[in-house]
Amino acid sequence: MSAKDRRLAELRGSIPEIDPIDAAALQARGAVLIDVREPDEIAAGSPVGAERIVRGFLELKVENAVPDPKTTVLCLCAGGVRSLFAAEGLRTLGYEDVRSVRGGFNRWKTDQLPIEVPARLDDDARERFSRHMLMPEVGEKGQLRLLESKVLCIGAGGLGSPVALYLAAAGVGTIGIVDDDVVDRSNLQRQIVHTDARVGESKVSSARETLTALWPKANVVGFETRLTSDNVDEIFGQGWDVVVDGSDNFPTRYLVNDACVKHAIPNVHGSIFRFEGQATVFWPTRPAADGQRGPCYRCLYAEPPPPELAPSCAEAGVLGVLPGVIGLLEAVETVKIVLGIGKPLVGRLLTYDALEQRFTELQLEPDPGCAYCAPGKPFPGYVDYVQACAAPAAVAAATS
Amino acid sequence: MSTATIRIPTPLRSFTGGADEVTVGADTVRGALDALGERHDGLIPRILTETGEARPFVNIYLGSKNVKTLDGLATTIADGDVVSIIPAVAGGRS
Repeated sequence: MSAKDRRLAELRGSIPEIDPIDAAALQARGAVLIDVREPDEIAAGSPVGAERIVRGFLELKVENAVPDPKTTVLCLCAGGVRSLFAAEGLRTLGYEDVRSVRGGFNRWKTDQLPIEVPARLDDDARERFSRHMLMPEVGEKGQLRLLESKVLCIGAGGLGSPVALYLAAAGVGTIGIVDDDVVDRSNLQRQIVHTDARVGESKVSSARETLTALWPKANVVGFETRLTSDNVDEIFGQGWDVVVDGSDNFPTRYLVNDACVKHAIPNVHGSIFRFEGQATVFWPTRPAADGQRGPCYRCLYAEPPPPELAPSCAEAGVLGVLPGVIGLLEAVETVKIVLGIGKPLVGRLLTYDALEQRFTELQLEPDPGCAYCAPGKPFPGYVDYVQACAAPAAVAAATS
Repeated sequence: MSTATIRIPTPLRSFTGGADEVTVGADTVRGALDALGERHDGLIPRILTETGEARPFVNIYLGSKNVKTLDGLATTIADGDVVSIIPAVAGGRS
């Protein structure tokens, strides 16, 4: 008897083995099935819902996939041999109920149990996103989620520029951009996706050029139009996971809010004025930390200000770096929402004062009578507000 | 009477001579706003309606809480409290 066979006989005496059909039943009841084969083997197929941790990294990575050592763990390889060694390794780590799947994936297939071909990162993505993958909160699974995600940016201006740039860098696979404007030289003080050479070009195509230069595989979906009640459903109804509001006027902000409520899309909100900014996440269908649901924009401000009292116009000016700070807060929230990690800014308004270098967190409460997001209310329809920008004299009074 | 600090948002600082904070003595949030209005002409109509309620595009906070969730403008204030005026701000794209 060879040393290998002697060792295998020992393992078979101590590690319980389980038939694939019984393993699948246990998996359905909460046991964790770990496919320990090599990536090129797994690329051809793996049991549905299995964790995939290559044997060589099993002990190093298993605790992220199976934090509780009391969980039943089922190890699977190609033929049921490597899984014995894997199971023994997990036992030594302290997992109490570890079993090896008899006959491995070969028998799993002949028994016609469900398999899937897992999505896989290619070599470029593996290298590009390696600093994400090193973190267990992201990992390969999280990176795949980012790659499959679709985020719609409203505006490719001060806020939209840093948002779109960092989302492309992070590997958000599909980035939609709504903007009807062209690049102006006065934009370049803060709108960092555009370039001097592209003054006069559409902002959507300029942004696409920068994003795909950073990451050629970024899928940039452009909407060179102004958002109105006529096109908002068509644009928002394309399966977006998150909408990031970087618009610069009240009519658009209210359309974005109302469409996000209607389509149940989280609305990552940021706004800026001179040296001050605000950021929050409007997501009424997600409960806030205290168990109460989150508010929408209308819970906070039911109606836009009338033109004579509106404080916000291009003439007011803005510190060029400020949209970077607020836009990146929006980008962070977006990535967290896609990954399903951390505590989103739901029910909290973060205000930022650049001159004081001060962040303040304010609590936002949902309005139980909100016409748009209160549960059980029929959608009241969109409103096309008139651009609420003060006349020059009033602007001077309000902002000078 | 308590001494409170009122934080003035950028769009309204033209009414306070550029000051970002104003310290007032008052017992309630309404009293604090009244004191602010006495000192800085034209400011209160931006914040309150003619009937003295907060305008729908302005929120008044005491500390981290919207006064709507407390006793509204009748909410009492204590020494050192911070009252923040948080108007809707649209800017971002242009």
